[in-house]
Amino acid sequence: MKTLFKSVLALLALAVVSVGCVDNSSKKGALGNSAAEKVYVAPGEHDEFYAFVSGGFSGQLAVYGLPSGRLFKVIPVFSVDAEKAYGFNEETKPMLNTSHGFIPWDDSHHPDISQTNGELDGRYVFINGNNTPRIAKIDLTTFETTEIIEVPNSAGNHSSSFVTENTEYVVAGTRFSVPYPQRDMPINEYKGNFKGALSFISVDPADGGMDLKFQIMMPGFDYDLSHPGRGDSHGWFFFTTYNTEEAHSLLEVNASQNDKDFIAAINWKKIEEYVNNGGGTKAPANYAHNVYDEHTHTATSTMKKEVLIVNPTDVPGAIYFMPTPKSPHGCDVDPSGEYIVGSGKLAAELTIHSFSKMLKAIEDKNFDGDAYGIPILNYEATLAGSVKQPGLGPLHTEFDGKGNAYTTFFISSEVVKWKLGTWEVIDRKPTYYSVGHLMIPGGNSRKPFGKYVLAMNKITKDRYLPTGPEVTQSAQLYDITGEKMELLLDFPTIGEPHYAAGIPADIVAKNSKKFFKLEDNKHEHAVKSEAEAKVVRDGNEVHIYLTMIRSHFAPDNIEGVQVGDKVYFHVTNLEQDYDVPHGVSMIGAQTSELLIMPGQTETFMWYPKQVGVWPFYCTDFCSALHQEMQGYVRVSPKGSNVPISFTLDDDAVDSE
Amino acid sequence: MKTKFIIALMVLAFVSCTKEKQAETKSETKQEQTKTHGQAGVAAVEGEQPNALQVAMSIEDFSTLVVAIQKAGVEDAVVNAGPLTIFAPLNSAFAKLPEGTVETLIKPENKKQLSFILVNHVAPANYPIKQLKKEVKKGRKLYMASGKYLVVENKDGEIYVGGTKILKSVKVSNGWIHVIDDVLVPAE
Repeated sequence: MKTLFKSVLALLALAVVSVGCVDNSSKKGALGNSAAEKVYVAPGEHDEFYAFVSGGFSGQLAVYGLPSGRLFKVIPVFSVDAEKAYGFNEETKPMLNTSHGFIPWDDSHHPDISQTNGELDGRYVFINGNNTPRIAKIDLTTFETTEIIEVPNSAGNHSSSFVTENTEYVVAGTRFSVPYPQRDMPINEYKGNFKGALSFISVDPADGGMDLKFQIMMPGFDYDLSHPGRGDSHGWFFFTTYNTEEAHSLLEVNASQNDKDFIAAINWKKIEEYVNNGGGTKAPANYAHNVYDEHTHTATSTMKKEVLIVNPTDVPGAIYFMPTPKSPHGCDVDPSGEYIVGSGKLAAELTIHSFSKMLKAIEDKNFDGDAYGIPILNYEATLAGSVKQPGLGPLHTEFDGKGNAYTTFFISSEVVKWKLGTWEVIDRKPTYYSVGHLMIPGGNSRKPFGKYVLAMNKITKDRYLPTGPEVTQSAQLYDITGEKMELLLDFPTIGEPHYAAGIPADIVAKNSKKFFKLEDNKHEHAVKSEAEAKVVRDGNEVHIYLTMIRSHFAPDNIEGVQVGDKVYFHVTNLEQDYDVPHGVSMIGAQTSELLIMPGQTETFMWYPKQVGVWPFYCTDFCSALHQEMQGYVRVSPKGSNVPISFTLDDDAVDSE
Repeated sequence: MKTKFIIALMVLAFVSCTKEKQAETKSETKQEQTKTHGQAGVAAVEGEQPNALQVAMSIEDFSTLVVAIQKAGVEDAVVNAGPLTIFAPLNSAFAKLPEGTVETLIKPENKKQLSFILVNHVAPANYPIKQLKKEVKKGRKLYMASGKYLVVENKDGEIYVGGTKILKSVKVSNGWIHVIDDVLVPAE
């Protein structure tokens, strides 16, 4: 019996080992070139690329690693973020100021990374707010939004925020044309009266400071997307247009009447020269310019009152229209700067214009009339070629730097690879589902890093575990190193992953700040040691100057606050150590927590409404004694004679 | 006999898989090369204050203590966010112990005992001298990571812990180091 048992056991053991063996060999076959291995970034290892993916209607910008698809940070840009107190604390509220007042949300669309000599330099990311037109700048040393400029005379700020070869300008074009100047007028008098502003915002080479240098007041079309020239075409900027019909209602029908709309080619160098020589008209305006200072840890908002307007016909030879079939969306320039790809959303083919042919057509005055005095170039004269029957609903093209282009097709849900010059389709791969934009790191530059393409999908249906009626949108990563594309990974995103910009991690990571130096903290309410902590009454305002260090607040017992007071908590994190933030929140405060980095000061407001003794505490798990990091505020009735007092361990904060 | 048969079978099975195994071993090796160090291996950041372990390692007079920390395997604990206060014995303090004590303690089989002695020098709290003076004034003992309590005294402005004088104090990124010239050996 025992022997039999052992024999059975032996056979079983053999079976198990054999099966394991078979499994292993098949697994190994898959492992040899598996998608999983290509996106696997081992614990503790770093990704090869940063991907900055806009959150669309979330208003933010998400930072992912590629190839892993891991989310590192959501940078608040146009929407308030209670997690980071963005738009909640006194320091960042001015960032969201506009001519319409404080706006807590926007629709973030097209991030673009700053460039030097046509290559990514990794200093800043720019991104546009679509709804209440704004351009934001994110500093890639802190990964924080440090500047936002409102764009006047615009609406639906969509063909934005793309940069020129040396980040001379970040460009913003209006999607919706509006009356210029804005006025009370009948909507059906749109045609000829509405204008489309193309804004050129200069970027200071030293500190990145943005300034609205000029606006070109174009005909009242819809300006959809844009990209800069590069190489020989540096100095030009190209904008797709739709609704050249100038319809004001039911655009889905009325803006699809013309066989061709235009790509506007703008010689911005020529216009820059014109305005530098005193050209253009200074017009009244009202728009916010908001700047966050890293040393005061505080933003300021300034209302600007003037803008320089350029009338296109005043600068002959600077602006031309290139006819492009059927409401083109994407307007993409290849790494050489020679080809300008127009993706006619409703067209049966992709249209590629040639920059050199465009110059020739201009020289030959090969025009087919004009629109509002702007010459329309002959379609055949600028045409380099077209990709025949590439798919349905082309949207956006990026380039791998090896002579290939990759275009997304929304309606047929696919990415199509084709060859520049021969225009032949090489490969097509499905997306899951309804892809919008796509991204190759450095794809909008002279030097793309053609290893991966990231496709961003609007619809996912059955792709993930269901989460009720609202399901995630997604991004999909393809390996593009071979002749055929290979789908590697599919990951959920925040908001709508509308558009993205990618960059090799080593360009950016080395500049990433670790913490703020306390000695450089110029915040007007900073306290740099516990001994300086204090509580000051000024009428019905009480200012609490609080410090934080592992693992206590100083002071942590505060008395003398009264119902009806306006209480400011000015809180400084005294730590000088990487990755030791502290948080703070107060019961009943009608605002968010503060999440304060080492060396930083932030302020929140509290309006005590009830008599009692109310606690505050650290919200970031800072240390082993995080749970002990707490304090109390005594709230007395209005007019009480309890004096202001503040202590730590029942002593004065500066006691020896 | 039967056992030998089983082993033989398994060896046979194993051999037939050798090729795959090699491939697997290779990828496993690759994984093993990935970062498996604890927090103690995180590189120092420029401009950042060094942590307790980094400070101890930079001072020759603490070489015995550092060896003991490494042998006890408590490096990660002394670089953690803390806050912590270490009463750090100098080499001369260890030299005062009966001959052979240190050698015995750093033997692998005594790791637990060594670890206990070391954490008895660490308080899980922020105790600068100013705070230690307060502790004396308020009659409080220091709770140590070993679970024991340490008596703190103020003799004419000099602070003593467990009967030994604090010679010097160093602020570190995750707390404080107070230098002492005795090993604080728990009663048992």
